[in-house]
Amino acid sequence: MSRKITIEPVTRVEGHGKVTIHMDDAGKVSQTRFHIVEFRGFERFAQGRPYWEMPVLVQRLCGICPVSHHLAAAKAIDVIAGAGTGEGLTPTGEKMRRLMHYGQMFQSHALHFFHLVSPDLLFGADGDPAIRNVIGVALMHKDLAVQGVMMRKFGQEIILATAGKKIHGTGAIPGGINKNLSVAERDSFLKGADPLNIEKMVSWAQGALDFFKDYHSKNKELIDDFAVFPSNHLSLVRKDGALDLYHGVLRAVDTDGKKILNDVDYQDYLTYIGEEVRSWSYMKFPYLKSLGKEKGWYTVGPLARLNTADFIPTPLAQKEFEIYKAYTKGKVNNMSMHMHWARLIELLHSAEVIRDLLNDKDLQGDNLVAKGPKKKEGVGLVEAPRGTLFHHYRVNDNDQVEMANLIVSTTNNNEPMNQAVNYVANWAFNGKKEITEGMMNRVEMAIRAYDPCLSCATHALGQMPLEIELLGAGGIMLDRKRR
Amino acid sequence: MADITLTIDGKTCKAKPGQSIVDAAKENGIYIPVLCNYEGLKPAGTCRICTVRVGGRFMAACTTPVGEGMIVESGTPDIEDMRKAIVEMLFVEGNHMCPCCEKSGNCELQALGYRYQMLVPRFPYLWPASQVDASTPKIFLDKNRCVQCLRCVRGAVTPDGKHVFGLLNRGDRTAIAIDHALASKMTDEMAQKAMDSCPVGAILRKEVGYVVPIGMRKFDSKPIGSDIGQ
Repeated sequence: MSRKITIEPVTRVEGHGKVTIHMDDAGKVSQTRFHIVEFRGFERFAQGRPYWEMPVLVQRLCGICPVSHHLAAAKAIDVIAGAGTGEGLTPTGEKMRRLMHYGQMFQSHALHFFHLVSPDLLFGADGDPAIRNVIGVALMHKDLAVQGVMMRKFGQEIILATAGKKIHGTGAIPGGINKNLSVAERDSFLKGADPLNIEKMVSWAQGALDFFKDYHSKNKELIDDFAVFPSNHLSLVRKDGALDLYHGVLRAVDTDGKKILNDVDYQDYLTYIGEEVRSWSYMKFPYLKSLGKEKGWYTVGPLARLNTADFIPTPLAQKEFEIYKAYTKGKVNNMSMHMHWARLIELLHSAEVIRDLLNDKDLQGDNLVAKGPKKKEGVGLVEAPRGTLFHHYRVNDNDQVEMANLIVSTTNNNEPMNQAVNYVANWAFNGKKEITEGMMNRVEMAIRAYDPCLSCATHALGQMPLEIELLGAGGIMLDRKRR
Repeated sequence: MADITLTIDGKTCKAKPGQSIVDAAKENGIYIPVLCNYEGLKPAGTCRICTVRVGGRFMAACTTPVGEGMIVESGTPDIEDMRKAIVEMLFVEGNHMCPCCEKSGNCELQALGYRYQMLVPRFPYLWPASQVDASTPKIFLDKNRCVQCLRCVRGAVTPDGKHVFGLLNRGDRTAIAIDHALASKMTDEMAQKAMDSCPVGAILRKEVGYVVPIGMRKFDSKPIGSDIGQ
């Protein structure tokens, strides 16, 4: 008898998602779908509002990575305010924003790995759900939990010092920033009481990588064989090919490492990227126009960034990057669980960038804002923690936004997450008579590797129960499990 | 002329003849909240947030002059609750989205909401279908946020006595409006002055926003009224 399995809502992610798995009469998976089931509408809210309001208004999409939206919108608005396309800001304006962004990256990556993912690694996919969570980590692996919490706090304090608030600040304004970093603020990060100083953060980031590599060496099957499928990869890179999370050109590589988007100006993103609508999800499916809807989908995020970048411009992270690349002999990495490895390398890179910026006297400069002749349209891109984030605005003669288009990281990763869910469902469910909690968790683990932050496309936050329904061919419920 | 003696909430106060109760209270270290009252403008008594009780009658403290021997009640629980209700009404009658409003932290209505610890208004939201007027070169007028205090109407006046702002319609359809011909001649200084005079985020200067960092805004560290008294 065919049946349909629904995992709703997906847990330990931010936002509200649902997975459906259809199984045929023979007990084989016939179709899987990862649905985004709520609607936001920010692109409509933005219409009619003044353009300088966008960085503050649109960041309300998310309470996890508002800085990414704040900065992507600010970069788009810079273009409209005549401050150039990412390179026209004053040194203080540019570097303060970078500090904000890397602070955000640092705290978000720490949250992602320690709070949301480490329970799966520490307790196993089949571990008791009662302890397979951040509280369980705190009880059983206190040192790791403390590091996760304090690293997140450090990043949040950086955001506070640059944006004015830890969540939903106002630091980035058209053409620059509204404050510099005081010497006292700088020193609190450079010389703060243990553990809240940058040297400890660099050291802990290295420790997190060592932890992962050790785990990897003992659990190769899970890390290397879980949800592996060919994909294109897209991200910003610096003009010289370096990893750059704040600004650069758009690059995409295919599964063989061939450049399929060759360092193009993201102001022209519509020339290269299209978005497809499918009836069963509120989230669109972006694709590279040159490859078409079927083959043009791509992955974004840490895995993609380390596939597109040629090198990392900080020494400790570069060393780790070389080890990481050597593992796949320099080839494109399509192993979903390596997303965590790549994320931790970026965590270390972010700490190094923060350290370099804190030692840069430009952060104490007074020239905060650049301006020039106004334009009607602007595009802003940043690499958000979960991947490339597009903001695009067009204004009318009265300075009102008349069109807004956002392609958020989650949206970019829509098809890869569906692919990962499909892969894991086939691997875990095919031919199985009984559906266990651990099997359901494996599906969620695939989603968590990509994106525990569905908030950009959905609203609900927090831990929610997992529900699974077994439906017969006629839609009759055969079994129902809830946790 | 000799000073006038009155009591406000039991405190003996000295005031000058012709002075309003609000100003007399301020000089004597007593804060009576105001929204429509603005330094340099003739009091209008439109918002009623300054309501006090004088001899058993409710009066607007900004338009009522002091009198010898006057006994004024201001900080009683019933009057404070009435003021809170007025703040709540102003919130439900407009579309106030503090989280992304650039006046947040500098907004007097928001500051009063904090003062009165307003959480959920007792009145239903009306969600009026208000408009914005962005068609003038210097001012972005957001009617969603206007509390019709008339500060701009009284304050933004050309040298030959013409009002840049005015009210249109009547009753619950009353809305703030801007004279496009006069507004087109506004300087940056005039636009900034108009924005500063607005107690909420209805009048915004174009192209600049959020320039004052969080922490440095008017009410970030000093709650409204704390510079005068409790």
